[in-house]
Amino acid sequence: MGMVRTSLDVATIRKDFPILNREVNGRPLVYLDNAATSQTPQQVIDVIVDYYHNYNANIHRGVHALSQEATDAYEEARQKIQKHFNIAKADEVIFTSGTTHAINLVANGFSSFLKTGDEILVSAMEHHSNIVPWQMLAERTGAVLKVIPMNQNGELVMEQFHELLSEKTQLVFCNHISNALGTINPIKEIIDASHEVGAAVLIDGAQAAPHIKADMQALDVDFYTVSAHKLCGPTGVGMLYGKEEWLKKLPPYQGGGEMIAEVTFEKTTYADLPHKFEAGTPNIAGGIAFGAALDYLNQIGLEAIAQYEEELLKYATKKLLDIEGLKIYGTAEKKTSVISFNIKGIHPYDIGTILDKLGIAVRTGHHCAQPIMDFYQIPGTVRASFSFYNTKEEVDTLVEGVKRARNMLL
Amino acid sequence: MGIAEIQEEIIDEFSMFDDWMQRYEYMIELGKSLPLIDEAYKTDDNIIKGCQSKVWVHAELDEDKLVFTADSDAIITKGIIAILIRAFSHQKPQDIIDANTDFIDEIGLKEHLSPTRANGLVSMIKQLKLYAIAYQTQLN
Repeated sequence: MGMVRTSLDVATIRKDFPILNREVNGRPLVYLDNAATSQTPQQVIDVIVDYYHNYNANIHRGVHALSQEATDAYEEARQKIQKHFNIAKADEVIFTSGTTHAINLVANGFSSFLKTGDEILVSAMEHHSNIVPWQMLAERTGAVLKVIPMNQNGELVMEQFHELLSEKTQLVFCNHISNALGTINPIKEIIDASHEVGAAVLIDGAQAAPHIKADMQALDVDFYTVSAHKLCGPTGVGMLYGKEEWLKKLPPYQGGGEMIAEVTFEKTTYADLPHKFEAGTPNIAGGIAFGAALDYLNQIGLEAIAQYEEELLKYATKKLLDIEGLKIYGTAEKKTSVISFNIKGIHPYDIGTILDKLGIAVRTGHHCAQPIMDFYQIPGTVRASFSFYNTKEEVDTLVEGVKRARNMLL
Repeated sequence: MGIAEIQEEIIDEFSMFDDWMQRYEYMIELGKSLPLIDEAYKTDDNIIKGCQSKVWVHAELDEDKLVFTADSDAIITKGIIAILIRAFSHQKPQDIIDANTDFIDEIGLKEHLSPTRANGLVSMIKQLKLYAIAYQTQLN
């Protein structure tokens, strides 16, 4: 194929990711499972190694130099996150183990506010991690869980969302971008309309953060969650953004060290934000590396990343649709570089197995979003998700692989 | 033929193939030719839930031997089921209980039997053995 003009220097970027050099089943790895987890650049790996080589110590409590260095680096990471997401105060950034932890923290906190008859709205395209905690919350409090439906394209039916909203609505939960379909949801509209009836809004930003720089103050969102491992950071660390007024109101989630101001056997006074929600020794190296991952992405620029990924998405969509019997699920007008598909008469698991033999990593199954699969009445899909370090040549390899799998399996 | 002999036969067949493509193509053929389970037995009670592909297994006794029928919604999974059924069906329960499944490694399909592989095959083997134990108890 001819020269491809892109806004990014992908060849140089790929050198930052050591894992992209490896082989799988005797072939060069083609990693297209970025929506599950992104790969880690050397710059972020170096930060983790540097921490353990040079200043590994517990934070916030030591009098010694190492503890101070580790604390400074950890708090600096918090400020990087604050700046990246345009958050008003650093105290509104809570380090969590990831999005699931963050959602559970909020769901648990709300159990003391909700009463029978209150309503919780959740979108039809949620990840299980954004369904189960609310179901548990509804069971505990007697609140009712209502679902914002979606259409065949994988877009939320906004008219019905507005109809579902009422003064009974206390909470609204929606992902910024669907992990299974790639749909970018109209979250600003959701946030504003929900606020008009006095409901709080949590947006799950796990899939959005690698592609879109979300501005917390402009969105005016109440809670927003992010996992570092989706944006070139390490696993086991993430962020809960919460408006200060909400975080002050919510009760602590876990008891332990770090989160207390004073403890006697009669009574414990909780620490100020953000430590109230950060019980125990946190993932210190992970938090610092989270900050480094944001630095890495910002150095390339999220706009350039989004633009390049859009090119990959269009290219891959066109080429895949040329394959006979191939159907793409999630054809929203606004979507990120995720393609969920099936081939008529073939189980997604079989396609994934053949692609794996060809060194191509995709995800198959229900993507922890069974309600979406039930909606389309399919057992699952094959999902290829592209990142800024993927190339058009890799898309070609995928397309050839899918054709080969089709020939073998039909 | 006993289970061990059948397993040797399968290993011989697979040794003719040079690469994974041929092995998988053969397996897919086996999957397509697997005698279908009676629809009446394709019930939720007989389903073995893997994470991704569904597997149904039915067992019944024919005199002193156990006969398995099975199905799956994924063809590669079905191919492996066909291989397992060939090895274990029409055998005495005690022989099934005593048999091992090392031959799966030897025919180059080891990755499908990893407990973390989301295809339900490990559960399937366990289920075949559980049936054998149950019917052995009945025979005693």
